[in-house]
Amino acid sequence: MRDASPAYRETPRVSVVSPMRSPALDDHVQSHGVLHELRTYRELLFFLAWRDVKVRYRQTLLGVLWAVIQPLFTMAVFTILFGRLANLPSDGVPRPIFYFSALLPWLYISNTVSSASMSLVSNSNLLTKIYFPRIMLPAAVALSGLLDFLVGSVLLVGFFVYYSIPLGWGLLLWPALVIQMTVLALAIGMFLAALNVQYRDVKYAVPFAIQLWLFVTPVIYPTSMVPERFQRLLALNPAGGLIEAFRHALVPSAPMRWDLLGISAITTVLGFFAALVFFKKTERAFADII
Amino acid sequence: MSAANSIEIQSLSKSYLLGAKERSRQLREQLVRLLRGPFRARPERETIWALRDISFAVPEGQVVGIIGRNGAGKSTLLKILSRITHPTSGSIRVRGRVASLLEVGTGFHEELTGRENIYLNGSILGMRRRDIERHFDAIVEFSGLSQFIDTPIKRFSSGMRLRLGFAVAAHLEPDILIVDEVLAVGDAGFQKKCISAMEGLRSGGRTVLFVSHNMAAVENLCSRALWIDSGQLRMDGNAKDVIKGYLGSYASDEQSGQQLQVEGRTGTGEVRFTSVELLNPDGAASPIIQSGDGLVVRMHYRAERYVHHPSFTVRLFTSMGTLITEASTWLHGLTIPSIGPGEGYVELEIGALNLIPGRYGLTFSVNSSTEARVWDADVRVFLDVEPSAAYGTARALNSRFGIVYFPQRWKIPAREEESAPANDRQCGVR
Repeated sequence: MRDASPAYRETPRVSVVSPMRSPALDDHVQSHGVLHELRTYRELLFFLAWRDVKVRYRQTLLGVLWAVIQPLFTMAVFTILFGRLANLPSDGVPRPIFYFSALLPWLYISNTVSSASMSLVSNSNLLTKIYFPRIMLPAAVALSGLLDFLVGSVLLVGFFVYYSIPLGWGLLLWPALVIQMTVLALAIGMFLAALNVQYRDVKYAVPFAIQLWLFVTPVIYPTSMVPERFQRLLALNPAGGLIEAFRHALVPSAPMRWDLLGISAITTVLGFFAALVFFKKTERAFADII
Repeated sequence: MSAANSIEIQSLSKSYLLGAKERSRQLREQLVRLLRGPFRARPERETIWALRDISFAVPEGQVVGIIGRNGAGKSTLLKILSRITHPTSGSIRVRGRVASLLEVGTGFHEELTGRENIYLNGSILGMRRRDIERHFDAIVEFSGLSQFIDTPIKRFSSGMRLRLGFAVAAHLEPDILIVDEVLAVGDAGFQKKCISAMEGLRSGGRTVLFVSHNMAAVENLCSRALWIDSGQLRMDGNAKDVIKGYLGSYASDEQSGQQLQVEGRTGTGEVRFTSVELLNPDGAASPIIQSGDGLVVRMHYRAERYVHHPSFTVRLFTSMGTLITEASTWLHGLTIPSIGPGEGYVELEIGALNLIPGRYGLTFSVNSSTEARVWDADVRVFLDVEPSAAYGTARALNSRFGIVYFPQRWKIPAREEESAPANDRQCGVR
């Protein structure tokens, strides 16, 4: 059937009216603000995150130990390779702590971005069979990754005890940094997830892009190693200022670089809203093109 | 929107671009197009209308069946109502909490146990955690899988998955339920449970939209039916009438009894059957033959010469070739002195065709009742018997239940202590 009759070209109107009969009916209230949907569907968010956690280490021998093994072994390799052999500076921080404190947020971000970018496509059976705010899928990935992050953080505390470094006031900044980290990973993750629905190229680009990203992020080197005039440029990378702040919050060996953290925070927030707009705009067609 | 309506749909249309998927998925294509210049016209794509200008309203508490051929747009309609996909134009207004069941066990995860999947699936279908907890024991009992409930469902058979998924779905408490063809899957026991649960929904006063190819179920469960044909609403009204119309459209494609099959015909040929008509009891041509209906078989013949004492025989076979019954003028004690030469017909009237729905064969023969002479034999027509609600059961009668269905009545002596079993409806015990 071929048709170009103008009668069918008008904009569709879909409105869902709900009487005030029961609070459960809120699900279908006319305005679907993102925050509103996140609230009404928060149980689903937790169930999806819980599923991710449950499934991640199911039928593995070491289970949740994997959450520790990844940062621990990477740290060991970095300490030997970049610390001992390449002799990169570490701002006077014991090298294991220097690498581990940056690896925790970095691994969270890179793991979340790569699995969130696949979250819509790998759950296409859900997308085509049931309605729920699509953002729940990448959001659940971001949420479930926090568990690994938490387990790693406990190990980090162990390092502090071992090196008998006192924990300072900077630790109070830690929760705010965790929130910024989650928002950042979710922003990039959901943008790529939405793009992946349309263009499967994303699957190939992501692992490669994350590798390159590591080199422009102060994980294996401190920002102080970079020439002064490039430091703020580096903080435009939203992970840059953030990861540097994670380190400084723990070991205040150098003054906190608020400017770098500020720049990263701004790019993170801007990026989050841009990603959200993109996601919402493309969301309508997910079920049709996935 | 009228206060009494749960769903109102106004000139709803949905189009898809043919080939759009393949074309736009490659980022490279887009980049190439960008480089070639934005002024170049995009290739013209063909538009296909999955739904076109559909309008209807469903009053609160009505159970509506949606019927139509595969690819007619039924599922697209359900997907739009479930907000999974968006319409190209038109408006939809839905009042109340919607649960859609387009598949049994949506979101089941292989690695998770039955218990975990109940929570996950329930939550995906829109149940609150406390609702799932409240119904948990009932769900497990309904599924009949209590001993496997802590086993990962990857070890489940497909039937077990189905039961688990349906057990969760049966405990949804939406205002509006949208169900796609879920009755088509599963064994007889499963279908029985499905129908019982649907009957429970109907009596619960919920608005239900329900796609099915099981006409008996639609006729029994739904007061109203919509027939979607090539994306358009072809008929909307009383379920019985719409089903007749729909089945009739099939019959006009390949009508039962229209084609007299003569290959392999035997007999000496003094009398030959020329055609056979299948009519309903009032003599009108019947486009469809439903189980339990009356049927008139009119056999036209041509006699080459004058013949004495002919006997006409009709035999009914299953599709497997088993003889079900034979009817003949001789057996009936009827004497026909003579026929011919020329054309004529005889009619066989069957009071109620109590056949389980399916395809059957009728063979015809005419022979002399006084001598061993067969004039014509082994000519056949096929007979498609469609499901109906004639027996007052929504169970999908099919070949699993045998060949014939006797009109029947059951008596179950009431026992005092069982006068009001609480789970009556879920067990389907009546």
